[in-house]
Amino acid sequence: MRSKTHIQTTINGEERDFLCEPRQSLLEVLRDTLNLTGTKEGCNDGNCGSCTVTLDGRLVTSCLVLAVEAEGREIGTIEGVAQGNHLHPIQKAFLENAALQCGVCTPGFIVATKVLLEKEPDPSEERIRFFLANNLCRCTGYDKIVQAVQAAALNLRGTKETQA
Amino acid sequence: MRNLTDGRAELEVEGATIRQLVANIDAQYPGFAARLLDQDRLRLNVSVAIDGEVAPLGLLETVPPAAEVHFIAAIRGG
Amino acid sequence: MSTQYSVIGTRPIRHDGADKVTGRALYGADVQMAGLLHGFILRSPHAHARILSIDTSKAAAFPGVKAVITTHDFPAVDGNKMVDLGEGDTPLSYARGNVLAGDKVLYRGHAVAAVAAVNAHVAEEAAGLIEVVYEVLPCVLHAVDAMRSGAPLLHEDLRTTELGEATTTISNIAQHIRQSKGDIEAGFALADVIVEREFHTSTVHQGYIEPHNATALWNNDGRISIWCSTQGSFVVRDCTAAILDIPVSQIKVTPMEIGGGFGGKIPVYLEPVAALLSKKTGRPVKIVMPRQAVFEATGPTPGSYMKVKVGAKKDGSIVAAQAYLAFEAGAYPGAMVVPASMTVFAAYDIANALVDGYDVVVNKPSTAAYRAPGAPNAAFAMESVVDELALKLGIDPLDLRLRNAAKEGTRRVDGPRFPRIGCVEVLEAMKNSPHYQSPLGGPNRGRGVAIGFWFNIGLPSSCTLNVCADGNVNLIEGSTDIGGSRASIAMQAAEVLGLAAEEIHPTVVDTDSIGYTGVTGGSRTTFATGWAAYEAAQDVVRQMKERAAKLWDVKPEAVEASGGVYKSNGNSIGFKELAGRIAETGGPVVGRAAVNPRGAGGSFAGSIVDVEIDPETGKTTILRFTCVQDVGRAIHPAYVEGQMQGGSVQGIGWALNEEYFMSPDGRMMNSSFLDYRMPTALDVPMIETIIVEVPNPGHPFGVRGVGEANIVPPQAAIANAMSHATGTRFTRLPMSPPAVMEAIWCQGSSSQPS
Repeated sequence: MRSKTHIQTTINGEERDFLCEPRQSLLEVLRDTLNLTGTKEGCNDGNCGSCTVTLDGRLVTSCLVLAVEAEGREIGTIEGVAQGNHLHPIQKAFLENAALQCGVCTPGFIVATKVLLEKEPDPSEERIRFFLANNLCRCTGYDKIVQAVQAAALNLRGTKETQA
Repeated sequence: MRNLTDGRAELEVEGATIRQLVANIDAQYPGFAARLLDQDRLRLNVSVAIDGEVAPLGLLETVPPAAEVHFIAAIRGG
Repeated sequence: MSTQYSVIGTRPIRHDGADKVTGRALYGADVQMAGLLHGFILRSPHAHARILSIDTSKAAAFPGVKAVITTHDFPAVDGNKMVDLGEGDTPLSYARGNVLAGDKVLYRGHAVAAVAAVNAHVAEEAAGLIEVVYEVLPCVLHAVDAMRSGAPLLHEDLRTTELGEATTTISNIAQHIRQSKGDIEAGFALADVIVEREFHTSTVHQGYIEPHNATALWNNDGRISIWCSTQGSFVVRDCTAAILDIPVSQIKVTPMEIGGGFGGKIPVYLEPVAALLSKKTGRPVKIVMPRQAVFEATGPTPGSYMKVKVGAKKDGSIVAAQAYLAFEAGAYPGAMVVPASMTVFAAYDIANALVDGYDVVVNKPSTAAYRAPGAPNAAFAMESVVDELALKLGIDPLDLRLRNAAKEGTRRVDGPRFPRIGCVEVLEAMKNSPHYQSPLGGPNRGRGVAIGFWFNIGLPSSCTLNVCADGNVNLIEGSTDIGGSRASIAMQAAEVLGLAAEEIHPTVVDTDSIGYTGVTGGSRTTFATGWAAYEAAQDVVRQMKERAAKLWDVKPEAVEASGGVYKSNGNSIGFKELAGRIAETGGPVVGRAAVNPRGAGGSFAGSIVDVEIDPETGKTTILRFTCVQDVGRAIHPAYVEGQMQGGSVQGIGWALNEEYFMSPDGRMMNSSFLDYRMPTALDVPMIETIIVEVPNPGHPFGVRGVGEANIVPPQAAIANAMSHATGTRFTRLPMSPPAVMEAIWCQGSSSQPS
């Protein structure tokens, strides 16, 4: 067996450590070692967006990140989006707008949408489409996904105003 | 199948079930049953339509009086 | 039955929703278990070659490798035996040969051997050590070339079936079929205007985001468990049993959540291999297909060469139509030319018609179903010709279609008469749509329309309902849920029982736990499994009446049930309260149904599209797109719209970008999502939907399957719009920017302006 490297990282706010081979991708370790299978593999070459996670707040396709690169970084996955037992407003909006069919691209879309709406609370349709163009969906034709993102944005802006 | 039935596309045949109907056509035009059947069952790529509707029981379907029966290709889908 | 429904037509949250937005839903590749090994499949680098020898010794000796298998590990079986692939049949030798090649490889990517090892990296490395000696043979990649005499032969024993009759001719033509109606020559003699054109379409892939995967455990008692991503768990069971020559009862298939299929996840690729590797190692084995293999080695939809000729009188009545369809089956017979032949003229009432169809093998992967298989190719040709005819006759293209539209009683070219269908209603809805009524101005812009038809199929489905003491009902079914079918099936049971959709809890179970259920495909699931749920709910109502009768000491026939309330002689009890008393009135209430229904109606869909073409780059922008479809009855309108939008956007990709770009030696040059360019969110506009409801008289709620017809018309509608924008007819898919530039440059020379 090849020697393994010990990696210490933070995933969804919790400190985690794991052993990995240098050739293993972050996606592989998330799924096979840490059992965080919500992050999906669609192509393993960075072109479908199903494995989208955040690395220090930036969106990355985890199939193109080596697991050893996670050392000392903060990773966010779909498993960390819901707040305890409560679905995040983006998750609710995807359900209420029927923005998923097979659902395999959905974790990637939700993680990407969260980053978009944290940066830009009121994106235009064009901006949403541009931002999510890294994530392929083959079932929905994107219409209901765009609507869900718009609905979530409206909801999140409303929440913010109420809090303010 | 028309080459089996002297080029005729339509036949008037008696039969209370598809099985009887096939047997009766085969008596008139030998070889007809062999084309449609695999032993005593309809070939998997053949469907029976009775009055325009695909009939799932195949040979075992009963045929209403004056019904129109077609042997068509089994349809697939994605 | 009253058409006032309380659940049907509403938009509840899907039952599997929370799992799917939190990442908890378990798909095939998510299966983890103790002792799991990982498999990797070695694939052919050649499109056509004889396998002279395979030496697996170095791979087997590689550290971490637990087993290596080739086709020789399969049991000897009668290759001529037919196996039911769920919706059709194929000789076992073909099904098995596609899973692991025999003495020849027939396409690049054809599976040759498989390795199981401690992890996927080791398995892949070891596969590279397998030594295969090939005798490379010339390949043939397109139907027209493969049909020529002297073409390289894929199967040296493939005899052409000519009009249903076996011949002794050996060729790449598996079969020639013909359908005819009336007198084609007399028909064309009546025509004032005739349009005839040739069309080419490229091989395209379903492009589901989740790759194929399978995990198998061959247990010590001889029973096999399989967890996989499939559209039909029972098909996987039956095919795997046939290939491994074991009884079906020895296999249990658990369908995991499935990440898209569109027809491509009906065939079996990995399951028998994973099972054999498990048998050899005594451990569970998981195989996940790399994306490149998904493109190169699973079943795309056929490329085609077509010629369509249509004649009409000056008043617009179509008097004759003829089609020549040559479809590429890929490596094994079974191109979708039969359904293409049955659908090419389906939208029209034409007295004289003739269709010749050819099923041709070529050195590309064995094709599979893709959403209305065969019909989009055929409609691209037919609807383009009809559009040109409308221009020549000076008739609005929708009026021309309405004038000739198929109706109830219209005889199809394949023989049967149509039952009640919604072709006219769809065309009228298109004509009255805000989109068609709106003006379209501006240079380089065009609007196009087209209509398409697809059958629905029936096939068996089973359903069990268990009444809980709190008045909720657990629903057990066997249809894998690709796009919200748990909801559409549960809603039909809820409607009968007078419950809310949320009070039914649907679960999709393994093949040991439910009666036989056909594939999720052929637009059948909401129709047929929905029907099973309807019947099972009727069974529950019957038993609940007996329970109420027991409570009140009356005869069951004296109890009436309506909207979840049971009444008799002034007594009244709601379903929930009655459910709380089932223990004391006789024990569990279990409703059951197994159906094999007739009455699967067909569905028509229409597309209206506005395009703008950049004359500098050839890029086509979809400005506006409307999908109109007869859905019979929309059970869950949001997911019906989703089907319409999804099919439309797949059609847009097919029309504008997607193709298998093949090198002359049969290598797919674009086998990644980067180069096989499917539409992204940025490539398409909102897709407007108009749901037309012409209830299907063959279903209790009037359901027509909605999954497929929507992909039939977009390609032609876009081609027609582009023709109007440029004055040039487009007869080749995809209409990618280079093809558009070439068409614009050639304008006036080879192409005839429309």
